[in-house]
Amino acid sequence: MSSIPENVRYTETHEWVRKDGDRYLVGLTDHAQHEMGEIVMAELPEVGAEATKGDAMGGLEAVKTAEDFFSPLDGEVVAVNEELEANPSLINEEPFEGGWLFAVKASDDSQYDGLLTAEEYKIHIGE
Amino acid sequence: MSTYIPNGKAQRKQMLDVIGVERFEDLLSPIPESVRLKDELDLPAPVSELELVKEFKEFAAANSSADLICFRGAGAYDHFIPSAIDNILTRSEFFTAYTPYQAEVSQGTLQAIFEYQTMIARLTGCDAANACMYDGASATAEAALMAIRATKKKRVLVSGALNPRTIDVMHTYIDNGDFEINEVPFGADGLMDIEAARQLAEGGVAALVLQYPNFFGSIEDIQAAADFVHEFKGLLVVTADPIALGVIEAPGKLGADIVVGEGQPMGIAMSYGGPYVGFMATSTKLLRKMPGRIVGRTEDRAGNTGYVLTLQTREQHIRRAKATSNICSNQALMALANVIYLTLAGEDGFAGVAAQCWHKSHYLFDKLLGIDGVTKVFDAPFCREFVVNLPVSAEDAAEALEEKGYLAGLPIHGLGEGAMMLTVTEKRTREEIDGFADALGEYIKGVK
Amino acid sequence: MEKTIFQYSSPGRTGITLPVLDVPETAIPEEFGRKQPIGLPQVTEGQAMRHFVRLSTMNFNIEKGLYPLGSCTMKYNPRLHEYLARIERLAAVHPLSSAPSVQGTLQIMHELGESLCEITGFDAVTLQPAAGAQGEFTGVMLIKKWQIERGQGHRDEVLMPDSSHGTNPATTTLAGLKVVSVKSDEHGRVDVEDLRSKAGENTCAFMLTNPNTLGIFESNIKEITEIVHNAGGLNYMDGANMNALLGIARPGDMGFDACHLNLHKTFSTPHGGGGPGSGAVCCTETLGSFLPASTVKKTQDGYVLNNGRGRSIGRLMAFHGNVGVLYKAYAYIRTLGARGLREVSEVALINANYMKARIKEYYEVPNDDGPCMHEFVASGAEMAKKGVKTLDIAKRLLDYGFHAPTIYFPLIVKEALMIEPTETESLESIDSFIDAMIAIAGEIDEKPHLVTDAPVNTPVLRLDEVKAVKDLCLVEPVEF
Repeated sequence: MSSIPENVRYTETHEWVRKDGDRYLVGLTDHAQHEMGEIVMAELPEVGAEATKGDAMGGLEAVKTAEDFFSPLDGEVVAVNEELEANPSLINEEPFEGGWLFAVKASDDSQYDGLLTAEEYKIHIGE
Repeated sequence: MSTYIPNGKAQRKQMLDVIGVERFEDLLSPIPESVRLKDELDLPAPVSELELVKEFKEFAAANSSADLICFRGAGAYDHFIPSAIDNILTRSEFFTAYTPYQAEVSQGTLQAIFEYQTMIARLTGCDAANACMYDGASATAEAALMAIRATKKKRVLVSGALNPRTIDVMHTYIDNGDFEINEVPFGADGLMDIEAARQLAEGGVAALVLQYPNFFGSIEDIQAAADFVHEFKGLLVVTADPIALGVIEAPGKLGADIVVGEGQPMGIAMSYGGPYVGFMATSTKLLRKMPGRIVGRTEDRAGNTGYVLTLQTREQHIRRAKATSNICSNQALMALANVIYLTLAGEDGFAGVAAQCWHKSHYLFDKLLGIDGVTKVFDAPFCREFVVNLPVSAEDAAEALEEKGYLAGLPIHGLGEGAMMLTVTEKRTREEIDGFADALGEYIKGVK
Repeated sequence: MEKTIFQYSSPGRTGITLPVLDVPETAIPEEFGRKQPIGLPQVTEGQAMRHFVRLSTMNFNIEKGLYPLGSCTMKYNPRLHEYLARIERLAAVHPLSSAPSVQGTLQIMHELGESLCEITGFDAVTLQPAAGAQGEFTGVMLIKKWQIERGQGHRDEVLMPDSSHGTNPATTTLAGLKVVSVKSDEHGRVDVEDLRSKAGENTCAFMLTNPNTLGIFESNIKEITEIVHNAGGLNYMDGANMNALLGIARPGDMGFDACHLNLHKTFSTPHGGGGPGSGAVCCTETLGSFLPASTVKKTQDGYVLNNGRGRSIGRLMAFHGNVGVLYKAYAYIRTLGARGLREVSEVALINANYMKARIKEYYEVPNDDGPCMHEFVASGAEMAKKGVKTLDIAKRLLDYGFHAPTIYFPLIVKEALMIEPTETESLESIDSFIDAMIAIAGEIDEKPHLVTDAPVNTPVLRLDEVKAVKDLCLVEPVEF
C-alpha cells in the first residue's frame, strides 16, 4: 500500500498538488514513484514557463522506464526543485516533501478544488 | 533432413506425441486454409556445399572490379586491413552472439563496445560516443534529427559540399513532419560559403552540417562554422573522415557539438558498400538526446567492474513512439572491427596511415597537374581526396582507364564534364601512382 | 575480469607495420594539424589478440548453447557463409564500381531478391535497409508516399496492436506519422472490432507482426487486412517472425502490401553481437515504384543498378545495403531450397510447441488457446508473487549454461518470458533447457535465494544497472 496523504490533491496522471502560500507545489505520488523504480534523472521545466493543465512539463527517468509529468493547473512555473539535479532519488525517498518537482502560480485557483481527493485517488489506483 | 536440423523423423514423432497432435499439419490449425500455401515455393533446387563454393567462385570471377587498382573513394576507401581483425571477427563468441541484453554473459561484447566508445570519443574530440549506427550517412541524418530534438528548431542547414549520397539519406530521414533541409552553396575554394550560410540561418536553425574533410577532400574551417552556428543557437554537426583525423584536428576540439562519420576506412572491407558502420559522438550535455545503444561501466554485486547497456530509456523498446530513434540492431561487429583496427594501428600507426594518405594524395595531385590540360578545381588544402579538371570527359576517361586496370576517380558531373575526384590511400605505391598518372596522361593525349 | 586495452599501452608499441613512404612528403599546414595525441592504445598484435580473445571468452554465443531469445531467431550460423562472404573478389569491390565490373555481386543480389519475393509472395524488393527497423521505416515510407501520390496525404495514422515491437511506434514517429494503438483480444490476437472502430479516413497504414509477438498466428488475418484496405490504408507486416512461415504461408497472400525480412533472423546470417543485420523489404508492384535506390535489374546486357531517382522514397544508406550479409542469406536459401526452407519452419513450430507443452506444466502460459507458432510467451507472474521476478529467472538460466529468453516483452503479458528455440536445436538440448526451467521452478519454491542471487557461474555477478545510469561512465578517462 502506498502513502496517500489527505492534505494534498491528486491528478489521474499521478501528480500531487499542495497549496504553498500563493503558489502550488507539484510532485509525483508515492504510488507512481514506486511503479517507476529508482529515478535517475528529472528533466524539469524552466522557471517562467507557461503551465497549461494537462500539458507535459518535463520527464522523469528510471533505469527501464521514462515518464512525462503534467501540469495539474493553468498558470506559470515559479520555481523548480533544484535539489533534484544532484539527487533525483529524493522523488523516491520523500515523494511528498523533498521530492517535489515544480511550483506553479495558478491563474485560476478554483482549478485546485476540481482535482482528485485522496479518497478519489485511492480508488483511481485501485487501492 | 537438412544439414542444419538435428531433429529427424523419430524425434519429431516423439515431440508431436508430447504436444498431443498426430501430424505436423495439426499445428497449422490457427492458419486459415485460405492463406496456406498450396504448392512448394518456386526456388532454385538446393545445392551442396561443394557446388555452392564453386558457384560463388564463378560469381567472384565475374567481379572484374576486384582486379582494378583503386583511386576511387567518395565514401568507401581501399585501405589496408590487418589480418588479425578477421581472426577476432570470426570467433563465434563475437559473431554469433546477440545484442548484449544479458550483460553477465556478454562482457566481451560490452567491454569491446566501451573501448570502441572511448576510442571514437578521443578520435573525434568529444566527451562520449554511442555503440554505433548503420553507416556514416544514416548517422549524419540521425545527428541532424538529434539537433532538431535538442534545439526544438525545425530547419537544418547542410553544406552543399557534403557527399550527395549523405544529403539524399538526410532527406529521406528528415523531410517528414515539418522539418526542412536547406543546402548552403560552396565557394570557389571548395569550402562552404559561410556568408551564404549566415543569410540562410536567419530565423534560427537546429544545426549546420559540415563534412570534414568535405566531399571534395577540402578541409573546412570547423571553428568558424561552430562560432557562426552557435550565434544562431544551433548545433554544429560534423561528419568526419576518421582516417583524416589521424593528422588534422579533432572537430570536437574545434567546437563541433555532434561528430559522426563512416567507420569503413578503419579495418572494414569495401564489400560493395556494406556492411559498414557509422560512428556518433557528442558532448555530455547532449548525451540523452543521442540515438542508439550506449554501454556504461558499473559494478557487480561483489564490486567487480563490469559493463551494461545504459541510458536505455532513450531507446525504442522502452520509449516507443517517443524514442530518440527507431534503431535497434546496429552494426556491432563492424564497430568491433574498428576498435581492433584502432588498437593494432595505435597512436603511431594510425597517424602513419593518415600521413601516407596525405603525402601520396598530394603526390598524385602534383603528378596530374603536370599533365597538359589538367587543372585544379579548388584552392583549399585537401586530405587524401581531391578534384581535378580533365580536358576530356571524366566519364570516358574512367571507362578507358578501367580497361587499363585502374578504378579511376569518380566523375563529378556537378563540377563539369572533366571533373574527376581522386583518392589515394596508403595502399598505393609510387609505382602504381606513376602508372596511373601516365595512363591518364596518355589517354588525354590520345583524345586530344 | 579483463583490463581495458588502454591499460596494456606503452609508448612506442604498435600492432601494424607500414611500407616505407616512397613518395616525397608534403607538409601538413600547422593550422590544421592535431594539437595533441589521440590517445589510442599502443600495443603489439600479440597483446591485442590476447586482449580480444580474453574478452571473447566472456561472451555467450550460439556455438556455446541454446539461445532462446523470442523474436530474435537465434539459429545456427553456418560456417560456410563466413567463408563465402569473405572471398576476396566479392569482399574487395568498391561500391561505386561500374556495373559490368561487379556482375557477380549484382547477380547474387538479384537472385536473392527474386527468392525473397517468392518466399513472401510479393513482386518487388529492396535489399538496402540495414536492419529490421530500417526496413520498417522503408515500408512505412513506401505506404506514405503512395498515399500522398493518390491525394491522400492527410492520412497520418499508423495503426498497430498494443503488443507491437518498440520499433513499430518509433518508426512511425520517424516517418512523421502518429501511432494509434489497437487492443489485443483475450487470446492475444488483434481485437478486430477495435481495429474496425479505429481504421478510417486518417488511416495511412496498419503494422502487424504475424505470427504476432505472442507467437500466435493472427487467424483473422484476411478480415484484418480487408478492414484496413476498405478504410483506404495499406497493410505492413513486421517480418521478425517469418521463421514460422517459410513455405507455409506468405504475407502477400494474406493481404499485406509490404513486409521486411530480418535476414539475420530467418535466413541465418549471424547477429554479430548486435549487428550487422539486413532488413530487406518486399512489396507489391504498386509500392515497388517507390523503392529506394540500388535495386538490381536484369537486362540483356547483364545486371544493372537502379539509381533511385524519380518516384523513389530516397536513399536509406550511402550505398547498396549490407551486401556482405546478403551473400550469406543467398547461400542459405541456395543450400536449403524450397523443401529445406519449409522444413525449417516445420521443425521450428514443432520445437516451440513441444517446449510449450512441457513448460506450461510449471509456468503459466497466458493466451494458450491452441498451437503456437515458432515461439510462445510464458509468464512469471505467479512466481513474482513469491518474490522471484522474471529477471531473476532469466539470470538463473545463465547459471545453468543457457541464454535467457526475451523478457518483459510483449508488454501485454506480465513478467513475460518469450521463448523461441528455433529449428537448429536438437531434442536433447531442448530437453536440457526444459529441465533447467523445471529445476528453477523448484528452486523458487524451495531455495528462492538461488534464483534471486543469480547469476553466480558467470564471468561477473549481477550488474548494477542503476549505478551505471547514476554514475555515468561511458569512456575510459584520458590520462595524458
